[in-house]
Amino acid sequence: MLIILDKVNYVYSEGSGFEMKALNDISLTINKGEFIGLIGHTGSGKSTLTQHLNGLLRATSGKIYYDGQDIYDKDFNMKSLRSKVGLVFQYPEHQLFETDVFTDVCFGPKNLGLDKKETELRAFEALEMVGFPKELFYNSPFELSGGQKRRAAIAGVLAMKPEVLILDEPTAGLDPKGRDEILDRIKKLHDDTGMTVILVSHSMEDVAKYVGRLIVLNHGSIMYDDEPRKVFAHYKELEKIGLAAPQLTYILNDLNKAGFDVDTGAITMDEAAQAVLKSLGR
Amino acid sequence: MGIVKSEDLTFEYIIRDDDDNVENVKTAVDHVSLDIEAGQFIAILGHNGSGKSTFAKHINALLTPTEGTIWVDGIDTKDGDRLWDIRQTAGMVFQNPDNQIIGTIVEEDVGFGPENLGVPTPEIWERVDASLEAVGMTEYRHHSPNKLSGGQKQRVAIAGILAMKPKCIVLDEPTAMLDPNGRKEVIATITKLNKEENVTVILITHYMDEVIGADKVFVMDEGKVVLEGMPKEVFSKVELLNTLRLDVPQTTELAYRLEKAGVPIRRGILTIDELTTELKKLRAGL
Repeated sequence: MLIILDKVNYVYSEGSGFEMKALNDISLTINKGEFIGLIGHTGSGKSTLTQHLNGLLRATSGKIYYDGQDIYDKDFNMKSLRSKVGLVFQYPEHQLFETDVFTDVCFGPKNLGLDKKETELRAFEALEMVGFPKELFYNSPFELSGGQKRRAAIAGVLAMKPEVLILDEPTAGLDPKGRDEILDRIKKLHDDTGMTVILVSHSMEDVAKYVGRLIVLNHGSIMYDDEPRKVFAHYKELEKIGLAAPQLTYILNDLNKAGFDVDTGAITMDEAAQAVLKSLGR
Repeated sequence: MGIVKSEDLTFEYIIRDDDDNVENVKTAVDHVSLDIEAGQFIAILGHNGSGKSTFAKHINALLTPTEGTIWVDGIDTKDGDRLWDIRQTAGMVFQNPDNQIIGTIVEEDVGFGPENLGVPTPEIWERVDASLEAVGMTEYRHHSPNKLSGGQKQRVAIAGILAMKPKCIVLDEPTAMLDPNGRKEVIATITKLNKEENVTVILITHYMDEVIGADKVFVMDEGKVVLEGMPKEVFSKVELLNTLRLDVPQTTELAYRLEKAGVPIRRGILTIDELTTELKKLRAGL
């Protein structure tokens, strides 16, 4: 078990008139090598939760353990936690600031105190991992397309060689092909290196396609924590909390009601096509 | 002439090197001619960098053409004296609400537009009430925008435009940051404005399923309009859309997969109802 959260609570503006409970008794275990999806309506506590995992926010009460160590212990090295748990914020390209992409990606490892050679090697590897074109390494971030900027920004976090990679809506604003390209890269990274990945997303289709475990947050509490197909079986409950299932779930349930014998638990395009073909006797 | 009409609209920007010499000229919009009828719901699709946002910025004169002309409600946007008429006619909502919100309280922010237009105070409040109601943000009217989530901020930004009662609203990826419910609400809101108030809607999006109710879809690539038609016509062209870095709604994609596997199903199916009806017909052997 890599990360354990034990009854974590977080209260914003505690003691003021605007006091608000953002996390409510969250207990959670994250294992090494998992690919987890985190969904919830805006304001459900997703970002607050992810910011606890690398110590950016401190729980009002409760404990968090990383690799068996209590991260609130006074001897715990919080700085090293921040390099082990890499957090890619929404629209990370807004944080690109160096004059060229390569220097920007070097910023993280350089700050870890690595020498020039190791820093540059890591930046190179990270840019490779996200499929960033070599001929653009020394271009200004401002000359890049949306998808390329996003990749450069993700590479900046990967260059720190995190054990856990948390991505907060990494595909927002990208065209459909750009979305697939980024998520395929992350999936490959997960499969090849065993990196633990947490994907925060508003796209039910994306989490259905990529993750092995899906956590649903509602008003700061965990509502579901299961395989995606089992979570999406509760699509009516998900709608009540501002979410939905992938469009395919609705199609298959509709067909089922119309008397077609289809597996309504199919959540990816391949599975759904198979399910419908089977029901048609093909 | 429609509410928005462009003729050979071309926009070029110049890239300069460190010594201010012209290094390159890029054509972001390349001879686009189109005519949008008042009251229509128009969608513009295209990959990142295809020129759709640059085109959209011409509709409320944030940019003016390098070549060609665009008229908004009959006004040539190069007519500097009419700038405020143009901007009141065509309101613009952007992807990132943080760049559009200025008020310290939600209702103040929404009232900013009509106040600037010199609308009498009682009417400002009427407009603020109606606009906040339309985007489902009434209960947050006394909140600070800073304390809202991204999705809530976006709905406030839309309310701010609505309060100016524009004839045309241009929305540049308004749902990119929203959760499924937020997206549904925004799309339902702009659909209602279009149907009931006859506001012309021009929606730029990367979500194909938001487009199925549109009257017309334009697809852009390399600054040009490469495809236009009704949603079912445009989404029949699955392979072409894929080469343009786009996709189709999941329902359309599923029907397409079935067709590929030999199921004799018609092209351009957009809704779940259409798909179910079509498959029922097949089962009955019709």
